[in-house]
Amino acid sequence: MPVETGCGTMKLKSREELIKYREEAKKQMLERSMEKTSIFVGMGTCGIAAGAREVMAAILEEVNKRNLQVNVIQTGCIGMCEQEPLVDVQRPGEDRITYRKVRPSDVPRIIVGHVMHGKIVEDLAIARFEEI
Amino acid sequence: MHLVRAHVLVCGGTNCTSSGSQQVREAFKRELEKNKLEQEVKLVETDCHEFCETGPLVIVYPEGTFYVRVTPEDVPEIVSEHLINGRVVKRLLYKAPVDETRIPTYKQLDFYKKQCRVALRNCGSIDPEKIQEYIARGGYESLEKAIFEMTPEQVIEEVKRSGLRGRGGGGFPTGLKWEFCRRSPGDLKYLICNADEGDPGAFMDRSVLEGDPHSLIEGMAIAAYAIGCREGYIYCRAEYPLAIKRLKIAIAQAEELGLLGENILGTDFTFNLHIKEGAGAFVCGEETALMASIEGKRGMPRVRPPFPAQRGLFNKPSNINNVETYANVPVIIARGADWFAAMGTEKSKGTKVFALTGKVNNTGLVEVPMGITLREIIFEIGGGIVGGKKYKGVQIGGPSGGCIPAELMDTPVDYESLIQAGAMMGSGGLVVMDETTCMVDLARFFLNFTQAESCGKCTPCREGTKRMLEILTRICNGEGVPEDIETLERLGRVIKSTALCGLGNTAPNPVLSTLRYFRHEYEAHIFDKRCPAHVCTALLVFSIDEEKCIGCGRCLRACPVGAISGAKKEPHKIDPEKCIKCGTCFEKCNQGAVLRL
Repeated sequence: MPVETGCGTMKLKSREELIKYREEAKKQMLERSMEKTSIFVGMGTCGIAAGAREVMAAILEEVNKRNLQVNVIQTGCIGMCEQEPLVDVQRPGEDRITYRKVRPSDVPRIIVGHVMHGKIVEDLAIARFEEI
Repeated sequence: MHLVRAHVLVCGGTNCTSSGSQQVREAFKRELEKNKLEQEVKLVETDCHEFCETGPLVIVYPEGTFYVRVTPEDVPEIVSEHLINGRVVKRLLYKAPVDETRIPTYKQLDFYKKQCRVALRNCGSIDPEKIQEYIARGGYESLEKAIFEMTPEQVIEEVKRSGLRGRGGGGFPTGLKWEFCRRSPGDLKYLICNADEGDPGAFMDRSVLEGDPHSLIEGMAIAAYAIGCREGYIYCRAEYPLAIKRLKIAIAQAEELGLLGENILGTDFTFNLHIKEGAGAFVCGEETALMASIEGKRGMPRVRPPFPAQRGLFNKPSNINNVETYANVPVIIARGADWFAAMGTEKSKGTKVFALTGKVNNTGLVEVPMGITLREIIFEIGGGIVGGKKYKGVQIGGPSGGCIPAELMDTPVDYESLIQAGAMMGSGGLVVMDETTCMVDLARFFLNFTQAESCGKCTPCREGTKRMLEILTRICNGEGVPEDIETLERLGRVIKSTALCGLGNTAPNPVLSTLRYFRHEYEAHIFDKRCPAHVCTALLVFSIDEEKCIGCGRCLRACPVGAISGAKKEPHKIDPEKCIKCGTCFEKCNQGAVLRL
């Protein structure tokens, strides 16, 4: 079965092409984080077992309903399996904040409070990344 | 007029007054007089700051420090700390609602304080299904460096110097293994990744496969370049569907970009990577059985030598490492052997990932420098034992490992110290146990697992583990005989030294290590017919203390089998014939009248 790769480029045929590809990827990632808020959902087996799929669905629903221009990104397990499902929010130029034990019913608070108005939902926040 | 060195402003608006600013002001007055500061510090009542939800407010000038929700009890601290010692009382400071600084950083959490993420560097941070994200974070830079700047021998030398040892449990030096395979004659050589991870309670490799598959692929590609392999296999259990899905995506992406396949980055280096799904047999984590399984044969081990480096997969020289080992390689190439070797102990370098499970508060995946103590892992990172119960020990290394008791919790975690303590690093499962764990029952659980997973090829493992399991079951059922302990030890020693493969060689470890440290529990089962942890139901007896029983009927109503009888307000009785020893009556009784022996 062919797998969707989405690399968006042809084969890299030299070291220079890889370096160029890397610079481009870095630029894109930076632009992504500068232009739009990113929402990360921990989608390792531990996260999914704790209900990350339902949380992801709730996030997508809320984002679509409000027509928000944000990046919704899945990631793997960061280690705090006990605290899953974990959701991170990073607004442009601000620290990435991790929310723990997020239920679908918490999603509107996170979207409206943090994503839209920059107010961290304190009772769910567990940590922040110093730099990304 | 005297000079005032500080002003204390206490809010006096109605709202703050109602929330107690009057009392705060009086407390300040008392406290300033007590410390003879009334001349130096002026107390001022102010109007409302319109910040009433956080009142009573106190502002201290000249600094302009803004304290919120101050109670009279806080006042002595403000006076002594701030006004006398000049130290701000941080806990009362006002923090803006959007102020991120009041959320701790990852490094400030106990869980991460002592961690050091090398193999897990990208897990949880990047999208594992997008190669761009991996590359943007410096991914495939090490492969690039290896191919264009280093000879295969230099790569092997770097890995050797780093001191990296096999993270699958054995701890064989990785660079040396690669060298053996490189020097082995033959054109076609295979590179294999053991991603079988069959230990109950272990999920380190799954996390890497799911969270950062490209670090494995890059590590394997570097190893293939160093050894001279054209073909590679990742042997992953089919029970990891998400891991396999993400691996497939990652391999397809790397192929599309020309980072895998023919003529990688325009050079003559070619490496094709395949996935082989295993059916979940524990023995297939043993290297020779794993290779047999890839060949399409029944997963059974064979005698070594010849070692895989001489004759492995399809009888060709093969190199086999596990996921975590390969995931470390790109970092070693990128940051250098010295950087890596600076972490850890003299003989165990770098970090190790552990799956922390069991009766510990913060379960999860941790990556720590080698040489850290079990105490630090369990109590500092893990946050101690659930419910404040007593820590009893830790089973390290899964069914092949051993049990390390609480007395040895300062044992440093490195390959040699763990073997000395009767356990082994294993792949990295850490199951924490508290006082409610019965060690005989625990040993039986693990032996039950290895017995069921024994492939049956060699007699010591097939028959020996069966007999050991029978004896353990007998002990747990209260039918143990005095000779049992000696028989277990003799069988264990024989199986360890005569079994064909690692499964059999290590299967007796849980029994031998619990016999070493918790022999008294075995003896209690055999001689006193008693289970000290109250786990083995056959040895439990429930009865009711007639003196204490008030006849409330809580136990009677809760008993699922109707084994309890008695009239209201009269002492109740348990019918031992009917009792299934579920312990419900013991939990329900609030008079302490139900006795558990």
